[in-house]
Amino acid sequence: MLSKKQARAFFLVGTLVTFLAFIGLTVYSLSAAQDQSHSENITDSVVRGKKLWDKNNCMGCHTIMGEGGYYAPELTKVIERRGEGYVKGVLMSPTPWQRADHGNRKMVAYNMTEDQANDMVEFFKWISNIDLNGFETIVSPLAKDKINN
Amino acid sequence: MKYKSQKVAYWFFALSMLLLTLQLVYGFIMGFAHAGMDGLHDWIPFNTAKAVHTNLLVVWLLSGFMGAAYYIIPEEAQNELVSVKLAYVQLISLALVGVAAIIGYHFNWWEGRKFLEIPRPLDYLVVVNVLLFMGIILVTLFKGKRRTTTALVLTMGLLFAALLYLPGMLDFDSQVLDSFFRWWVVHLWVEGVWELIMGGILSFLLIKLTGVDREVIEKWLYVIVGLTFLSGILGTGHHYYYIGVNKIWLIVGGIFSALEPLAFLAMALFAVNMYRKGEKKHPNKIALYWTIGSAIVSFVGAGLLGFAHTLPQTNIYTHGTIVTAMHGHLAFWGAYAMIVFAIISYSLPNMTGRKYYDSARGRLAFWLANIGMLGMTVAFGVAGVAQVYLERKMKMDFMKVQMEIEVHFIVLIIMATMFSTGITLYIIEFIKHGQPTDEALEVNNQ
Ligand code: HEM
Ligand code: HEM
Ligand SMILES: [Fe+2]
Repeated sequence: MLSKKQARAFFLVGTLVTFLAFIGLTVYSLSAAQDQSHSENITDSVVRGKKLWDKNNCMGCHTIMGEGGYYAPELTKVIERRGEGYVKGVLMSPTPWQRADHGNRKMVAYNMTEDQANDMVEFFKWISNIDLNGFETIVSPLAKDKINN
Repeated sequence: MKYKSQKVAYWFFALSMLLLTLQLVYGFIMGFAHAGMDGLHDWIPFNTAKAVHTNLLVVWLLSGFMGAAYYIIPEEAQNELVSVKLAYVQLISLALVGVAAIIGYHFNWWEGRKFLEIPRPLDYLVVVNVLLFMGIILVTLFKGKRRTTTALVLTMGLLFAALLYLPGMLDFDSQVLDSFFRWWVVHLWVEGVWELIMGGILSFLLIKLTGVDREVIEKWLYVIVGLTFLSGILGTGHHYYYIGVNKIWLIVGGIFSALEPLAFLAMALFAVNMYRKGEKKHPNKIALYWTIGSAIVSFVGAGLLGFAHTLPQTNIYTHGTIVTAMHGHLAFWGAYAMIVFAIISYSLPNMTGRKYYDSARGRLAFWLANIGMLGMTVAFGVAGVAQVYLERKMKMDFMKVQMEIEVHFIVLIIMATMFSTGITLYIIEFIKHGQPTDEALEVNNQ
């Protein structure tokens, strides 16, 4: 029968080995050669867009790359789906955005300036070019259909 | 209760119950919003409700864990807490930081990072608070007469949880890196170090409630936490499938996260077997219900429902849908909420000195809360599966799908009402126990 000492050894060794493997894989997958996000395209404008994304907790309602709230549309491919003009319209709207054909869900009125809306668009464009290992074709079916048809 | 200082735990539990109540209010706000009734939008938009709901959850669970540690560590180490005064300072500062964060969320003061919304300045206060907490626990433990495995595992869980908070405070310009390290906190907490905390509390409760020999229980505790880390650390990969990092995570994350349920299965088997084996039957039946219940429900919520969407082939469809919310609810409930309820139910009669062990109301609370939560899980599940098919297979527009599934949120609200009734009864019981007193020392030593 297993003794307490052996059980402890199992815990310590298992933890150490998987922990080291995890660190190794992290270093590998974040190395420049493995970059799938085109990080060279992260311009100042993209960074400002990300800060706005953070500051307003957009993720509290929307998902991006499948992460966030489940209340409002997925935004990974939003520019392809709706176009820049539409997205800027939503962000710059001084009243809560709402569509008659979408029930009564409303978006917070951010009333962004043109510059801010442009930064958000740049952020979304950068996001939409990330290689998501296939998820990008499933998460935004409308965008995919637009491209294929 | 064997040491006067254990009484501090009571106030941490009381804070827990208070914040839990608030958490549920914001849950209802979101449930109604999903059902098409978003009347509060101008004052409490969905993102505020969501941040408040999930952060209150984390804070009340942490408060519960801290209370558990303040109760368990003195008894295990056979030593009074080194400073009760500092423990109260820690309690009050925890409450203040939590409340400040929650208020801030109503005024757009936050970071848009799921589960880690606490703004940076408050993060530093959290760090100070947790340092104080860890200081009290560690010094008590090392000055104590005894260092048991149970106490070590519990303390290790708390310490690692504190350390893992730090990667969540790194700043990145890239959304991909931001997300990558956010999981070091969120995933490695709930599928790693928090399981140590849960295991430690579970082991303490089983020793007390079943009378099975400590050596046997603690041996299995090592096996369980061994399985936890063996699968859970590399299992982090199940959050890296589709966020813009290397495909290697599809394989590593897939294999190791598929093993994670083993730790929860082991926990369930462990609890049930120790209960069967135990000769001493402790009169505190309610504590036993919550203890065994936690081990079983966590296996269903985290183990089975986690497995249901953890393989990359499934996750590509379910990632970021209401299916995730279904699993999130039952997993958090079974593993962490129920274990906090268990330690509260066990320790309350000991701290107040009233041998008020079993009551119809207490049992009703248990069943209503659990059946209600299972019903909520089913409602989320049906909504989630419908969403996946309509949106991701049939390629319908997101908002159109949301309108189709509104009805399931009516069911959710009904089941949540049942759940909340159970919670209310539990809190009434909590209050009925009365407050802790030093006289409890004598009662327990009789
Ligand atoms: C008590 C333990 C657990 C808790 C509290 C828990 C909780 C959660 C929560 C809240 C999320 C949502 C995270 C987010 O999207 O931001 C989540 C996601 C996830 N969990 Fe768990 N979980 C637990 C255990 C497990 C286990 C054991 C497995 C696997 C067998 C698992 C598999 C997953 C997967 C695959 C996701 C990602 C879903 C997606 O892609 O949207 N979980 N979990
Ligand atoms: C009155 C009871 C409750 C109701 C009506 C409720 C409702 C909800 C709703 C509607 C969401 C938002 C999903 C979305 O983003 O669209 C949510 C999120 C969440 N709730 Fe609850 N909830 C309740 C109680 C609880 C309890 C007791 C727990 C934990 C034990 C919990 C844990 C969570 C978690 C972890 C999330 C985030 C899930 C994710 O983003 O994947 N909730 N809840
Ligand atoms: Fe996870």
